[in-house]
Amino acid sequence: MSQLGTTDNPLHIAIIGSGPSGFYATEALIKSGLAVKIDMLERLPAPFGLVRNGVAPDHQKLKQAIQLYDKIAEAEQFNFLGNVTFGRDVTVDDLRETHHAVIFTCGAESDRKLGVPGEDLSGSYTATEFVGWYNGHPDYRDREFDLSHEVAVIIGQGNVAADVSRILAKTVDELKHTDIAQHALDRLAESKIREIHVIGRRGPAQAKFTPKELREFGELADCDPIVKPEDLVLNAASQTELEDKANVANQKIFQLFKEFSERPPSGKNRRCHFRFLLSPVALAGDGKLQKVTFEKNVLSGEPMNQSARGAGEKFEMEAGILFRSIGYRGVPLPGLPFDDKRGVLPNTDGRLTDNGAVIPGLYTAGWIKRGPTGIIGTNRADSVATIEALLADVPKLDNQPKTGGQGLLHLLKGRNVRYVTYQEWKKIDAREIELGKAKGKPREKFTYVNEMLEIIN
Amino acid sequence: MTTIVTDNCQRCRFTDCVTVCPVACFHYDDEMLYIDPDVCIDCSACIPECPVQAIYEGDDIPADKEHWITINAERAPTLPVCDEKMDPLPGAEERKTELGF
Repeated sequence: MSQLGTTDNPLHIAIIGSGPSGFYATEALIKSGLAVKIDMLERLPAPFGLVRNGVAPDHQKLKQAIQLYDKIAEAEQFNFLGNVTFGRDVTVDDLRETHHAVIFTCGAESDRKLGVPGEDLSGSYTATEFVGWYNGHPDYRDREFDLSHEVAVIIGQGNVAADVSRILAKTVDELKHTDIAQHALDRLAESKIREIHVIGRRGPAQAKFTPKELREFGELADCDPIVKPEDLVLNAASQTELEDKANVANQKIFQLFKEFSERPPSGKNRRCHFRFLLSPVALAGDGKLQKVTFEKNVLSGEPMNQSARGAGEKFEMEAGILFRSIGYRGVPLPGLPFDDKRGVLPNTDGRLTDNGAVIPGLYTAGWIKRGPTGIIGTNRADSVATIEALLADVPKLDNQPKTGGQGLLHLLKGRNVRYVTYQEWKKIDAREIELGKAKGKPREKFTYVNEMLEIIN
Repeated sequence: MTTIVTDNCQRCRFTDCVTVCPVACFHYDDEMLYIDPDVCIDCSACIPECPVQAIYEGDDIPADKEHWITINAERAPTLPVCDEKMDPLPGAEERKTELGF
């Protein structure tokens, strides 16, 4: 039998999920020099995961990462199958028949809950659904967001919270030439929001924003950034943290908060208040959100390792809108073990495990492997590491030749699955760009799966 | 907006940055790395990775390092891409200590 990874017996790999981690895994496999065939499955007709559906519409430059994925997709070893849902259309057992290994790069679809009373009141939303909604993700197309209140509260101080706050803070003029979904722009145009409160559990020295994202709040057309000088008094451990030469990002963040605290408000229509050392402990209202109860926190612990806990003192804030933005969270996959505590597939170095024992032939990369941390490029190193593990395992994999993509297509056709090829995606892509041109937008996204399928049927 | 590699990279060339670049925009010669401004998407992933803080972006570029903008723009496109970690240059660790890291 020919050695696995040679032309006579190419390595057939199935990749589940078409975001950055899936494409960087593809790239690393192709660069390995082995004979390899990659079939990438994606449950939407459109690829690119959070680069298409997560990165904010006013951050178009970041979306240029797609140009690299487009180039990777041209490789003759690569095959894309959109509109195919793992679990529903094809199972892990099916893929074990057709492929030598499967890599799960399907990201984190859900969100962490606050775990407080009233969390499910109308008016309490998740950043995950809001981001998906304004980015035109079909799963969130028909969500309703009632933006007819003056006060909005965002819980979290990471970049996703920054995106949600910034999109709420921006004017229609600032958004209308981006690829924001039209239905979202129409709804945001009616927004009555005036005060946006961005709440952090810990202090200003621990906020997770990256400097570039925070800086943008000082450059908005109709929104003033507000930080109270008294909120910038630091405890000793936080001062020590900021004196660490390696802690450049937090130094810059703190400096930005300081600049915001020294700026007199310029009378803009909206204000974005950055608040610290607060945790929401209850949401309440008559059938819908009307007020949020906060508890003040104190920090304790060693520098770089401080934790926040409630100190008892509470107060109420009237608010009709709340977004929780405290982390995306992975969802369990059919037929696979799941680490419920962390919201990831249990794994060691990217090899799936079940109760600690490695499951041969199954791998993972990206957020479903390590949790929802890092930015686009973080996934590159992560995928490279997973592929290193896979390549080391090749001599141990079942080296019987597999049917790979051919076998998979046969299965899908037999089940009447309308898979979308990369060429067909490019037709959808071209039509979105064409529709966008008329409005001065990079593209006008299709927000329903059947709209996309109509283009190619 | 630009992201640039500056003089701390010289005699180090750790290449930790390239492992997290989403678009493979780093180029190299015998001395150091350079960022191709036409490919870089200003995602800032590289900045915290550099052991000697050689990378700056946009508004944070100090006045005395602004000349590196032109150097990166001119040198990068003429040089090969570095998209895999390489061994640092000989003496890199000493240079890192010298620089106070």
